[in-house]
Amino acid sequence: MVQVSQPLVSARGLAKQYGDFVAVDSIDFDVEPGEAFGFLGPNGAGKSTTMRMIGCVSPATAGSLQIFGLDAATNGRSIRARLGVVPQLDTLDNELSVMENLVVYGRYFDIPRAECRRRAKELLEFVQLGERADSVVDQLSGGMKRRLSISRSLINQPDLLLLDEPTTGLDPQARHVVWDRLYRLKHDGVTLIITTHYMDEAEQLCDRLVVMDGGRIVATGSPRSLIEQHSTREVLELRFTPNTDAEQHRDMAGIGDRIEVLPDRTLVYAHDGEAALVDVHRRGIQPMSALVRRSSLEDVFLHLTGRTLVD
Amino acid sequence: MAMATPGSVRVAFWHATVFKRLWVSNLLASIVQPLLYLLGLGVGVGSLVDRTSRATDVLGGVSYVAYISPALMVTTAMALSANESLWPIMGGFVWQRSYFGISATPLGPADIVGGHALWIIVRCAATSSAVAFVLAFFPEARDWGLLAGIAVASLTGAAFAMPLMAFSIGRKTDEGFAAMNRFLVIPLFLFGGAFYPITQLPGWLQVIVKILPLWHGVELARGFTVADVSRSAGLGHVAVLLAWIVAGSFLSSRFMRTRLYE
Repeated sequence: MVQVSQPLVSARGLAKQYGDFVAVDSIDFDVEPGEAFGFLGPNGAGKSTTMRMIGCVSPATAGSLQIFGLDAATNGRSIRARLGVVPQLDTLDNELSVMENLVVYGRYFDIPRAECRRRAKELLEFVQLGERADSVVDQLSGGMKRRLSISRSLINQPDLLLLDEPTTGLDPQARHVVWDRLYRLKHDGVTLIITTHYMDEAEQLCDRLVVMDGGRIVATGSPRSLIEQHSTREVLELRFTPNTDAEQHRDMAGIGDRIEVLPDRTLVYAHDGEAALVDVHRRGIQPMSALVRRSSLEDVFLHLTGRTLVD
Repeated sequence: MAMATPGSVRVAFWHATVFKRLWVSNLLASIVQPLLYLLGLGVGVGSLVDRTSRATDVLGGVSYVAYISPALMVTTAMALSANESLWPIMGGFVWQRSYFGISATPLGPADIVGGHALWIIVRCAATSSAVAFVLAFFPEARDWGLLAGIAVASLTGAAFAMPLMAFSIGRKTDEGFAAMNRFLVIPLFLFGGAFYPITQLPGWLQVIVKILPLWHGVELARGFTVADVSRSAGLGHVAVLLAWIVAGSFLSSRFMRTRLYE
């Protein structure tokens, strides 16, 4: 049994180095039972490496990592027995049927074959693949394969589910189906750890997240608290005709809390976006278009690292 | 509580599930090839060889068909093991990435290697049994010793599979895999003592052949059928085969660990 007071995952000074390259640079974090915890960051930030360490398939170079109160360095087998893993790239057996994939995978956990079948039927219903049990995996769409990967990761009724970029490469509709299933798992009390470079994914799914960049954690908190801490309530997005920007930006100095100039648009961070826009107009600046929106995690990331998440 | 199923058996179950779809064509192919050699070489070349008493003396006083029959079981196992230890490994890492799926479960590198080995041994046993069954239709080849040949063929198969697996696990691409077939398996098939005694070969080539597993398997299989092989020579053959298996298994597990857990 997992004690309520004890975090499910606890990392202190966790680091991973490949030769001279530092992939993960001494990070600390705790994941509590029942929460959906996210690692947000651009490609190469160290999210997947961290995930592999939590999955006990990549030993840490330094620091400590406790999972279920066990040391990851020495208890890999027993920890993995209680984990569900949805890898970034599917590792399904393409020439086997959907059902065979689940049974074979369940056997790896030494779950009896009949029990594998019983659970597989339930799980396929859960991920809305009940009709496809006998289809060969090769014939499934990308979104279906992802859902099969998710159902496969649940075959051992894991205490912790690791999802490495669960919707990367999926079309918007398929992404929403996956999100919906993950939502349900979360409501059923399954602890989720998710890596993503999608803001909307992090905002939708994660109770708490860390923002990673260059192997380090640059911020920690709930999506809302991160926005409150690192951004303003609203953002005014302005687009100008090309070549006029430098001059216009000088004239805007002092409007809002902060101004961020991006290649394609200019962001004015302000508590009241409409009021900021009025200021802009009052100074005689005429943007091509203007849009007021709420701050998002994208703004947090931009503020913390000076870069956008997805180029 | 029931005893836990060994990890290698769980992995072998995966191989068996994949194979279920292919077994008929595979088994037929594995039988047809030795049968062709038996007819083409055994009966064809044999009709010439058996005519001269000098040739028959070199073969130990038996007909050519009887001479090559046990060897065909062993060469079939060699070819099968070699194929199973090359491209399927690349599939596990690169094409299907199945090994990474397995490594996320309680199973580890030794289970993957052990499961594959177990599966190859089962395949060798099944295929060489089928070959023995076909051989039993030829009066000159028929021999109870062919049953022992099944075990010998499986052992020889493993002696090829394990070192080749270590080779494949260490490779990032399948470059060099075809060369293994071309420059190791096929030459051994021709020069490894299956179709004539290696005393017919130049000395330096005999040394190479005696280092590699095939000749030991062939001699051992003949020892159970048509040839007199002393107990000590037989144990020597077994020892060489086991040495290849042990060294190959050790390296395979090590390389597998490195590649999965880097």
